[in-house]
Amino acid sequence: MMKVTSKDVENVAVLSRLAIPSDEVEKYTGHLNAFLEYVDGISALDTDAVVATAHVLPLKNVFREDAVKPSLDRDLALLNAPEQEDGYFKVPKILED
Amino acid sequence: MSYEAVIGLEVHSELKTNTKIFCGCATSFGAEQNTHVCPVCLGLPGVLPVINKRVVEFAIKAGLALNCTINKFSKFDRKNYYYPDLPKNFQTSQYDLPIAEYGYVDIDVDGKTKRIRITRIHMEEDAGKLVHSGNTIKDSASSNVDYNRTGVPLIEIVSEPDISSAAEAKAYMEKIKSVLEYIDVSNCKMEEGNLRADVNVSLRPTGTIPLGTKAEMKNINSFKAIEGAIEYEIERQEEILEDGGHIVQETRTWDDAKGITLSMRTKEAAHDYRYLPEPDLVPIITTDEEIEAYQKNLPELPDARKERLMADCGLSSYDAAILTASRQTAEYFDAVVSSGADAKLAANWIMGDLSKNLNAEGKLITQSPVSAENLAKMIALINKGTISSKIAKTVFEEMWASGDEPEKIVKEKGLVQITDTKAIEEIVDAVIAANPKPVEDYKGGNEKSIGFLVGQVMKQSKGKANPGVVNELLKGKLQ
Amino acid sequence: MKLFAKPAHVLHDMLVKKEITAVELAKDLLARIEAVDGEVKAYLTVTKEAALLQAAAVDEKIARGETIGFLEGIPGAIKDNICTKGIKTTCASKMLENFVPPYNATVMEKIQAENPVILGKVNMDEFAMGGSTENSAYFPTHNPWNLDCVPGGSSGGSAAAVAAGTAIWAVGSDTGGSIRQPASFCGVVGMKPTYGRVSRYGLVAFASSLDQIGPLTRDVTDCAHLLNIISGYDEKDSTSSKTEVPDFTKSLVQDVKGLKIGMPKEYFKGMDADVEKAVRDAIKELEALGAEVKEISLPHTDYAISAYYLIAPAEASSNLARYDGVSYGERVDGVDIVDMMTKTRSEKFGEEVKRRIMIGSYALSAGYYDAYYLKALKVRTLVKQDFDKAFEDVDVIVAPTAPTAAYEIGSLSSDPLKMYMQDVYTVPLNLAGLPGISVPCGFNKTGMPIGLQIIGKALAEDTLIRTAYTYEQSQTFHNSIAGLGGEKE
Repeated sequence: MMKVTSKDVENVAVLSRLAIPSDEVEKYTGHLNAFLEYVDGISALDTDAVVATAHVLPLKNVFREDAVKPSLDRDLALLNAPEQEDGYFKVPKILED
Repeated sequence: MSYEAVIGLEVHSELKTNTKIFCGCATSFGAEQNTHVCPVCLGLPGVLPVINKRVVEFAIKAGLALNCTINKFSKFDRKNYYYPDLPKNFQTSQYDLPIAEYGYVDIDVDGKTKRIRITRIHMEEDAGKLVHSGNTIKDSASSNVDYNRTGVPLIEIVSEPDISSAAEAKAYMEKIKSVLEYIDVSNCKMEEGNLRADVNVSLRPTGTIPLGTKAEMKNINSFKAIEGAIEYEIERQEEILEDGGHIVQETRTWDDAKGITLSMRTKEAAHDYRYLPEPDLVPIITTDEEIEAYQKNLPELPDARKERLMADCGLSSYDAAILTASRQTAEYFDAVVSSGADAKLAANWIMGDLSKNLNAEGKLITQSPVSAENLAKMIALINKGTISSKIAKTVFEEMWASGDEPEKIVKEKGLVQITDTKAIEEIVDAVIAANPKPVEDYKGGNEKSIGFLVGQVMKQSKGKANPGVVNELLKGKLQ
Repeated sequence: MKLFAKPAHVLHDMLVKKEITAVELAKDLLARIEAVDGEVKAYLTVTKEAALLQAAAVDEKIARGETIGFLEGIPGAIKDNICTKGIKTTCASKMLENFVPPYNATVMEKIQAENPVILGKVNMDEFAMGGSTENSAYFPTHNPWNLDCVPGGSSGGSAAAVAAGTAIWAVGSDTGGSIRQPASFCGVVGMKPTYGRVSRYGLVAFASSLDQIGPLTRDVTDCAHLLNIISGYDEKDSTSSKTEVPDFTKSLVQDVKGLKIGMPKEYFKGMDADVEKAVRDAIKELEALGAEVKEISLPHTDYAISAYYLIAPAEASSNLARYDGVSYGERVDGVDIVDMMTKTRSEKFGEEVKRRIMIGSYALSAGYYDAYYLKALKVRTLVKQDFDKAFEDVDVIVAPTAPTAAYEIGSLSSDPLKMYMQDVYTVPLNLAGLPGISVPCGFNKTGMPIGLQIIGKALAEDTLIRTAYTYEQSQTFHNSIAGLGGEKE
């Protein structure tokens, strides 16, 4: 089993947009390792011939017609906006990406 | 050391469905911000996507028209990353089982045909639009988000790095645009953002196989910019390599105003998209019968149409290519010819005067004031000898301005060509009499002088004399 | 017995017979909430005015001589992760502290079409992540049977309200046992339908391939009625089953003769002695009533929890990415958008939520996807195959719902792994998409309720109802609610 390092935790935190205070990184790393050790039991199972189940129901080809439905009133769309301007959702400075 | 460019294009095309890919909001362009949104495309807590049937149909058609294999089992996946134009902070796209794979298009550059392979085509949803408070993203303290565009259906067409020059890239884009228009799945208006390209450019020593490090330029949305960006990049990378430096794998942006590419100051945080199969959507299964039906119902595609025009109308490859590049032009041409006009003349008039006028006024051929029927009628008048080609130009301009029928214009303006030999002979005699020197020059062996005399006769006849007759008469009299 | 202590079907009859009015009933429940919810703390939002108006409307209908449906005028509560248009929906998180959905969950549309009285939104573990409701960002809910104990989770508020008499019925959600386990801890009936039986549109997603909405009720009769109301195909949910919904109330018959019941040997270990006794006694009772009981094996049981705790957080890490302070929910200001998103998520998500997002992101990250997420999806197949095979020989499977009865608040919360292990009997059904119901079957030494879990084949809720009803009617557990005082006339 791969052991998780503090660097891994920091990377995952950035990927998840979570700030883990530096004094808690070790705690988190410990938790993650304990957890992974626990679930590692499944690696013992031979699943080479097993097909993954992504959906329990045998559904396929669920579609809708290409017909326009009424949109939300803009007021309702913006109802919960933390900040808005001229009918837009306003956000702070965006960095390049 | 000489280098060759290795270029790959990822083209995103918006599909012209009525509604978004996962909800019933309208996709029409230009609506007021945040008026084409609903809980689903806003990514509100608790919402679920439902696939628009027509998106799948269009994607399969595109796959077949681009010579791909359709994957009979296909599914959606989540591509997870954070950006404010993405309400759910994941894009529902396709990862390992895209709808179509392994296709190609053939392009013509400098008279040579080259096959550009297509790796895959997949369906995905578009993101929203950002309006920055400053001029660029860098000098903006805030930005405003418009989610009208989130959920608009896209297909992404990924090419193999088979493209070797800016000209080839342009030809490739034009071919893709043309095919998508032909099968009517996209409006392909780059200026409305219907069609965008990400361009990957790398260099390697000529004749070698391993790929060099590539630079990626995202969201280029004009043909000119694609060419400019590629040409600039090739130069920039060549300079670095010649100096013994290394190319940095990075995303660059094209600055249209300055005509250069710039490095985007990206954080080193890796793009780990953590793909997972979309749990809220079930797989798409397409049968062989369905694929066959789609194939059968495809319209005649650009390459086939071009071949047909060459075979049936005797057009050159060059002319046929121009006429079939856009479906509307091809249909216009077909309409002119089926109204009885001579194909070659039709080709010349469409590629010449008609194109010139359309371009000058920024019109599409579907907006031409000169209808196909009227153009055909005008060409018939030329063939009959009622008007000369030269007079036809005047008639054409009149048709353009008024939209009138050519016969009406010819009659009203008295432009009927004079073929009466006697009438012309009178003018010819007058011109010979009035121009002794050119007559002498011609008799003295200067072939060119007859041109001047012909010109004079045409002038006197206000262009209406039949030039062939004029030539014959002059030559006869000046023996 | 006071009105609030009666089940819906009894109250319905009383309304029809005009022995009570809907407003009387609503006021009774509201008074009960006033009297005991200060201690039970099941409610996050009480919609008092709206409730009285809804009740009044039903009374007018009755006065006009119109027939009323089963749920009309019957007061109930909605778990706060189900979107209710115009009513705050917080998922017990600070992140959605002021979030008012502009739309209704499909389940709410179906329920509201029946004109019940909605008393309010009830407490849960934050974003449904937890098994005790201690992870609510607001306050823990207390078990009405012993206020020092947890009500279970994540639908702890739903179960506690029904058990305390502060709601006649409730809806909750179940991803790894979140309806069944709190039902067991609070001595009420709780069912997780087959995956796809009930629309998920409007249920704030935790783990999309595992979540289901279901009823928590006083008895199996109410459960069957509620299941009728909330079930059915929804075109807004692509994972919704198109199978016809039978009338589940037709299964309210006492008959288990010849019913083949399986006892999975892997489930009958690791539980408290009290729990084991109560569950085995219940199974003996079913046998006495005519069922055939046999031991079966679900060999991959031990791996199910691991698979669950990889799949659920992975899907959750993706489902919860949308909470970023941009277009809804709370926002904590930052110097730029990345800072704002990070601060918002770090300050507004609780510890357990953050923990699971980290686990989930890790399991999906490049290089680990195959070993963790993909592997878990394969284990899922094996778990499902176990059940499919077992159901070739038996009609239903019985097991305990939880290895213990309700424990003291705070006693497990510092040990997340130990908390996760509580889900050992409930999680496999979510993986396999199967329906399960928990019915009260006894009490432990300290008087805390114990639940019997009955597991059915896919879409066979009718068999579950019949089995559960037969067992229930042979006992008296359904005749009383938690003793907080004031239940008797």
